[in-house]
Amino acid sequence: MKLPKARRWFASLTMLLILLLTATGCTEKMIVLNPKGPIAEQQRDLMLTSLLLTCIVIVPVLILFAIIVWRYRDRKGRTSKYTPNWEHSTKLEVIWWGIPIIIITILAVITVKYTYALEPSKPLASEEKPLTIQVTSLDWKWLFQYPEQGIATINYIQIPEDVPIRFEITADSPMNSFWIPQLGGQMYAMSGMAMTLHLQADEQGDFWGSGANFTGKDFAKMYFDVKSTSKEAFNTWVNDVKASSPALTLDGYKKLVEPAASDVRTFSAFPEGLFEMTVTKYASSHNHGLSWKDIQKIDKQE
Amino acid sequence: MWERVKTFASEFFVTGDPMIYGADVSIVITMIGIVFGLTYFKKWGWLWREWLTTVDHKKIGIMYILAAFIMLFRGGVDALLMRAQLAAPEMNLLAPDHYNQIFTTHGVIMILFMAMPFMFGLFNVMVPLQIGARDVAYPFLNALSFWLFFSGAMLFNLSFVIGGSPDAGWLAYPPYSGIMHNPGVGQDFYIWGIQISGIGSLMTGINFIVTILKMRAPGMKLMKMPMFPWSVLSSCIAIIFSFPILTATLALLFLDRYAGAHFFTLDGGGNPMMYINLIWMWGHPEVYIIVLPAFGIFSEIVSTFAKKKLFGYKSMVYAMMIISILSFLVWAHHFFTMGSGADVNAFFALTTMLIAIPTGVKVFNWLFTMFRGKITFETPMLWTMGFIPCFIVGGLTGVLLSVAPADFQFHNSYFLVAHFHQVIIGGVVFGYFAGLYYWWPKLFGFKLNERIGKWAFWFWNIGFYLCFMPQYALGLMGMTRRVVTYGWDKGWWEMNLVSTIGAGLMGIAFLFQVWQIVYSVKHLQKDETGDPWNGRTLEWSIPSPAPVYNFATLPHVTSQDEWWEEKQRRLQGHSAPAPAKIEPIHMPKNSGIPIVMSMFWFFTGFGFIFDWLWLAIPGLVGVAACMLVHSFNYDTDYYIPVEEIKRTESAIRGVTS
Repeated sequence: MKLPKARRWFASLTMLLILLLTATGCTEKMIVLNPKGPIAEQQRDLMLTSLLLTCIVIVPVLILFAIIVWRYRDRKGRTSKYTPNWEHSTKLEVIWWGIPIIIITILAVITVKYTYALEPSKPLASEEKPLTIQVTSLDWKWLFQYPEQGIATINYIQIPEDVPIRFEITADSPMNSFWIPQLGGQMYAMSGMAMTLHLQADEQGDFWGSGANFTGKDFAKMYFDVKSTSKEAFNTWVNDVKASSPALTLDGYKKLVEPAASDVRTFSAFPEGLFEMTVTKYASSHNHGLSWKDIQKIDKQE
Repeated sequence: MWERVKTFASEFFVTGDPMIYGADVSIVITMIGIVFGLTYFKKWGWLWREWLTTVDHKKIGIMYILAAFIMLFRGGVDALLMRAQLAAPEMNLLAPDHYNQIFTTHGVIMILFMAMPFMFGLFNVMVPLQIGARDVAYPFLNALSFWLFFSGAMLFNLSFVIGGSPDAGWLAYPPYSGIMHNPGVGQDFYIWGIQISGIGSLMTGINFIVTILKMRAPGMKLMKMPMFPWSVLSSCIAIIFSFPILTATLALLFLDRYAGAHFFTLDGGGNPMMYINLIWMWGHPEVYIIVLPAFGIFSEIVSTFAKKKLFGYKSMVYAMMIISILSFLVWAHHFFTMGSGADVNAFFALTTMLIAIPTGVKVFNWLFTMFRGKITFETPMLWTMGFIPCFIVGGLTGVLLSVAPADFQFHNSYFLVAHFHQVIIGGVVFGYFAGLYYWWPKLFGFKLNERIGKWAFWFWNIGFYLCFMPQYALGLMGMTRRVVTYGWDKGWWEMNLVSTIGAGLMGIAFLFQVWQIVYSVKHLQKDETGDPWNGRTLEWSIPSPAPVYNFATLPHVTSQDEWWEEKQRRLQGHSAPAPAKIEPIHMPKNSGIPIVMSMFWFFTGFGFIFDWLWLAIPGLVGVAACMLVHSFNYDTDYYIPVEEIKRTESAIRGVTS
């Protein structure tokens, strides 16, 4: 009679938990599990696959644990066996060296495959030409430059849907990490290096991103909005910015670098080669993350 | 003149925060109280002879554990302050600067000044007793290790009231921890506090490896050694290979800050990533260093309270040794997102996953030790029961994190925060508590109150799940670690509130533990048997608390669970073996040099922190002088005469042997 009662308890508890999660809107708020782009989607699938695989071992072990503790507890009149000297069984030990090895092998194969497939510097397969956005982490704000459009923004990104975005990421501040959870995983922003991260939004919508690595006092104010729109709306926005915003000058940039948080701002233009200058200004003696090609390109420009 | 003193003081002391003034006052009052008490009761001599100069491993162990408890309190208050600040959106309880200091000191204290001394305390009190030795291999070095740890911890904690606390996170990544972004003295307190105590940790590692390899009782082959010394051995091997890396890394960081070197700076050819690699080459083995002994403790307890031999002894030994080695091959999984490329990430993802295999095997072996056992649930076993499911789930999320491409979404989020708290609290803290409850009677000669202990256990466990399960969800909601506050728009407040309530319950649980100790002392019920849990290993064969020489005559070991087998033989009617002839026991003499030398290290550190060479140089000279004095001191040992041993034995056992 004990088991059905326990099962009823378990069922009602599970129901309660699910109810709580949905009622509070938790499942929707888990934006990492609610992706809006191909990278975030594959990462979500990978999370769920690995969760499932590990659960194959872990759920039975948890159940086994509960059964063993219940059955072999010391009490009066118990009938279960007691074998105080039983300490070895090659068969059993082979089984539990074996099971984790198998599961981990499967998981390892998947992981390696996806590590190469989702390598952030790899361009996304798409017929559209990728849009480049150059990201600079400053104390405590993000500067985004659109080299092809010639505009720049602070703490705000607008992107066209279904177009791969190539983020080039650096920092003119302590190390940060650039993260837009609904589009895909993060990438560190480090001075003296330009890291590449390819992301894409599959639909229109408002998302947000953050600085994920601690950089000091106003680090918690480094959130930024990401707006994905149609291509037309994106072009209109670019033209609006060009028409109505001030230009970012070199002096203006020097002011931006000073430690302070910032509101959203837009600039109709920025000094040419600002991003390259930011990347290379620390790399006086060696080439850090830049490839030889990049360096030559910069040399030619100069 | 007065003006100059005033400016100096306002820079030297941390000012402006009522909480810190409160702390100042309470520190001063406590100090006066201690000095007055010691003088009034004429206890200075006693304190110096019995504790400050002792080389007895049991007393050193107790001092380690006491210090760890005080640090647990400090780190716990830090944690509660953080959780209070995060309980609701847009809270202003703590300013960002203050919050940054608190999460930094919380991390450093909990790992280096709570977990490490707690672990060393348990090493000290139990390893010699379990292997049938009379002390550790190098008793003087052992005392020096403790006092170096103590100096380092005091130096680090001093930053709370003098100069300002470090605020660059527990691993102090440059460039943020460099002089350019972090010009105050807080970061130097971090470097010197850890550096000084780190030397002590390294020496303890060496000490216990030698103790375990050379000082086992006759007949105790390595493969007949109890599981706890095995876990200590595997942990100490990781210590002696990883702590030199820490020392070198922090020394380089210090040179960057103090002498303007360019190891980790952005300009001048420095590379911050080198620091991050180096610090994790120590940092990752470090977490296995603290969890392996917990595995050993659980093995002892499971076997004792299931009244059954440990299942798969050899598997357990191999598993721990494999973990100890693998722990050095996984460091880069802490920064998959740093752009190392797919080759590197794939390699480190695989090595990380491999660790799950020996760890999983250990869990199976614990389960099958209980299988067909007779399980009773006294507090040590209760903590073990809390540990197993908690650690399994923590291990699961660890495997999820090791999947490199998915880690791009977990990294730096509260998912990660929840994971490492789950394995460190569920594994390390529960393990050390289990060990402390288990061995408490051996240390002090009485059991802790079971009823209050159970309250503490349930508060800890319920509090733990309430606190950290929501944090997994928060991570998936995009909340990143170390943010001082967040807006209403993110929808994070419900989970954060629950998490804070959980943290509060753990705070109450700690109070239960303190009350439990006070209550048990007041209602003292002496344990006359020396073996209150029906134990299996040698430490239970001697009276509690153990006499200064531990074993009047060294035991001869023939099997893994020597004391259990001996008891079985006696039950079957065999008489106890005839006591061997008592001979004079060779023991180490107390020494004041460890504490004095550590004080000189303290002054050296303090001098370098404030760039006061007039203090640092005499400090170093003092250290050298202590070494010289000790080198020429040949009066370091003595013999306990047979008469005295017989008297002690008959007094504690109530019989003449």
